[in-house]
Amino acid sequence: MNTTIMLFLLQDGITNGAIYALLGLALVLVFAVTRVILIPQGEFVTYGALTYASLASGQMPGTAKLALAMGVTACAFDLFVARKALHGRLILRSVVANVVLPAIVLALTIYFAAQKPSVAVCIALSLVIVAMIGLYLYRIAFQPLAHTSVLVLLIASVGTHLALQGLGLLFFGAEGQRGPAVLSGAFTAGSLRFTGQSLTVYGITIAFIVGLWLFFGLTLYGKALRATAVNRLGARLAGIRTTLSGQIAFLLASVIGALSGIMIVPITTLYYDSGFLIGLKGFVAAIIGGLVSYPLTAAAALFVGIVEAFSSFYASNYKEVIVFMLLIPVLLLRSLAAPAVEEEKD
Amino acid sequence: MQSRLPILVFALVMAAIPFIPGMPPFWIVLLDNIGLSALVAMGLVLLTGVGGLTSFGQAAFVGFGAYTTALLTTAYGLSPWLTLPLSLLISGLLAVLLGLVTVRLSGHYLPLGTLAWGLGLFYLFSKLEFLGRNDGISAIPPLSIGSFKMLSPGSIYFAIWVAVTLSALLTMNLLDSRTGRAIRALRRGHVAAEAFGVHTPRAKLLVFIHAAVLAGLSGWLYAHLQRAVNPTPFGAQAGIEYLFIAVVGGAGYVWGGVLGAAIVVILKEVLQSYLPLIVPGSGQVETIVFGIMLVALLQLAPGGVWPWLMSFLPERSGGRKPDTSLKLEQRPRASGQSSILLQVEKARKQFGGVVAVNNVSFDVQAREIVALIGPNGAGKSTTFNLITGVLSATSGSISVLGRKVDRAPPQEIVKLGISRTFQHVKLVPDMTVLENVAIGAHLRGHSGPLSSMLRLDRADEAKLLAEAARQIERVGLAEQMHQLAGSLSLGQQRIVEIARALCVDPMLLLLDEPAAGLRHMEKQQLAKLLRDLRDGGMSVLLVEHDMGFVMNLADRIVVLDFGTKIAEGTPATIKTNPEVIKAYLGVAA
Repeated sequence: MNTTIMLFLLQDGITNGAIYALLGLALVLVFAVTRVILIPQGEFVTYGALTYASLASGQMPGTAKLALAMGVTACAFDLFVARKALHGRLILRSVVANVVLPAIVLALTIYFAAQKPSVAVCIALSLVIVAMIGLYLYRIAFQPLAHTSVLVLLIASVGTHLALQGLGLLFFGAEGQRGPAVLSGAFTAGSLRFTGQSLTVYGITIAFIVGLWLFFGLTLYGKALRATAVNRLGARLAGIRTTLSGQIAFLLASVIGALSGIMIVPITTLYYDSGFLIGLKGFVAAIIGGLVSYPLTAAAALFVGIVEAFSSFYASNYKEVIVFMLLIPVLLLRSLAAPAVEEEKD
Repeated sequence: MQSRLPILVFALVMAAIPFIPGMPPFWIVLLDNIGLSALVAMGLVLLTGVGGLTSFGQAAFVGFGAYTTALLTTAYGLSPWLTLPLSLLISGLLAVLLGLVTVRLSGHYLPLGTLAWGLGLFYLFSKLEFLGRNDGISAIPPLSIGSFKMLSPGSIYFAIWVAVTLSALLTMNLLDSRTGRAIRALRRGHVAAEAFGVHTPRAKLLVFIHAAVLAGLSGWLYAHLQRAVNPTPFGAQAGIEYLFIAVVGGAGYVWGGVLGAAIVVILKEVLQSYLPLIVPGSGQVETIVFGIMLVALLQLAPGGVWPWLMSFLPERSGGRKPDTSLKLEQRPRASGQSSILLQVEKARKQFGGVVAVNNVSFDVQAREIVALIGPNGAGKSTTFNLITGVLSATSGSISVLGRKVDRAPPQEIVKLGISRTFQHVKLVPDMTVLENVAIGAHLRGHSGPLSSMLRLDRADEAKLLAEAARQIERVGLAEQMHQLAGSLSLGQQRIVEIARALCVDPMLLLLDEPAAGLRHMEKQQLAKLLRDLRDGGMSVLLVEHDMGFVMNLADRIVVLDFGTKIAEGTPATIKTNPEVIKAYLGVAA
């Protein structure tokens, strides 16, 4: 192997790894706050990517309608739960957040889709649409289950993954799509060529990692989220609205997912079901990071990306096998390091 | 679980179904599929619902069962009946390999780990040349008995449902045994089970293998039903679906697995055949509806359908009282060089910078009640954990009858005849008092999982239950013997823990705040019981906050404060010790 190939593979691996890092971070975030292992994270990726690609090619993405439908359902859930104590402000707030907002976004989407919008508009619309889907998803599927076990939440997570993936096929068809580059242009350094797209990927990943770190370390909301993660009941007693924490977590996760999707779709063709596998690789990273540590997850994600790049070069048939089997030695190490006294609760 | 009648009825009904005139053949195909899923789900019930280990990877074991027989019957011409044990063996061996890695993980690592290797193995199936890559293996011979070939779904139906019924029977037998109790205790954490000699990693591995073998059996049947295998049905989606089946049916119940399989298979079929009529158009509408129904079902009935159905049946009156005339052999007494039962010498435990136990020394002689007292945070429970091997001391030594046991795990300590109760009650709430107490006698039984499944353990089992019943009567809870432990008051649960500890046949009993939550009369009964035990030759070391209780009961008292021993002596001297008064009441007292 010569150094050029090696550097090239390394670069490829780091680009992919950066995406996995973002997804891994989102998974860690959601798990820590809500105890949900977010399998539909992959759908946020594909929804973001394909909404962006559809808009850019002047098509109307079905996700905007889905956001409205989910918003209406979420509003119905809100009103049903509060049926004994309905008052004007509550109704107004729920209707504005869950119905009026997605309706406006839908109108904007219809307006812009007809006239091949600019890249910036496509990104903004895709992010808003997927963010709303994430938010309403928490309200509909997970908030009513917030008190149950990790297992029940996991199964619910699988259910939402199946439904969203099916809807993805309905909206975007079985054909793959590619989107326009977020940042075009490229420069070369030595034998390596850096595209604007890959630099965007690095930049956004670093920005998110620093941003999350600051958010959790310095802001009150970040601390509230951490408190919820440690002890739900205690957080509630301290006046933290745990549903709000869950909403923030899902909102962040869906934005991160959509953003990752938008960044990948100019590089590789994405299909309605591609997200699952991409999300799972984020998982692998998150597990290596122990589902708690952000820096470790990011490092692990880079490692996963690099392993994937090298194994696709040397043993492309066994690429997925190698990536997923990577977990076994990691689990083994974690097993050996696991504390002897550990009590599970359910 | 005692009655075998429901199983017999079930078997007869299932046997009769194909003979119903006008039975559509398609329904038989559905029933075949239900049976195949039920086998896997049954394993998951044991693994996830009972043992608390969530696995997304069961589909991979189905795949191993199916591919083993497919390869051996097509490439090497072996008879399917020969490949059956091989299929089960391969699934089981793989479970040992993967299990050794994964079962020690707790909580969320385990499901994610299983998901990952489930996926990895799926890709392996689809890439390996000798397994036919994505095309798989076809032209697998059918099962046959003599010249009778099970070619149709109607003929293999019997093989499938015999397998389901037998597996259910064996699984239920296993749960209702010495090993079963150890498995059922797993979900509540390790510490309690290990304190009574259960080797928890081994118990976890056992359920893991059991579930994998059932999955392998399902795969073997699948291969001979379809007579072709390809990787698709063994992927992550299938693994997820099996878990879903178990949760829908009721993850804690063997029959919940069968019911869940019926619900899910029929539901999918109905969705697939009728949805296109309602919602015309492309694609995966049934997947969407399926996913939404899954979430809705969890929101409405998180416990599953089986327990919900069972709640309509009249409540069964409690089980039979075990025949207490059966004697369980006494545990062989450990003999040692020293007459001092327990000697703690300069034991020290540091958690990072915190010194929880600071060079504490004391001993317990034979036939003696020693109390360990001190303000909250004095290190009393940590001392208990050091003695029983839950924690290992940073320095210092602990000897039993003169033999050092510093690094011994809890399972070894209990073998020396030291048993304990816990400050925070650690019973299995959904097991009866009798079953909980019988865990205490775990080391005094000998039956393994295989003999339990085949019911060869009954003589052993009867003795264990008899011993448990005797100890329950001794502590005065005979009335509550068949109630669920979780339904008792906290004070009673503490007494149940004492009965469980007594089942060990201990020479030293460690009680962590046994009188907390008891009423005055109950405390007096407890004190009497402990005195009787001492007079019978047992020693007791107890942590207690109720001073009246301690002062009247203990022969000797050791006082700890901030991890350090500040006094030791008879109750009379402790009461007047200025150091002790200072620790409890402050300086100026």
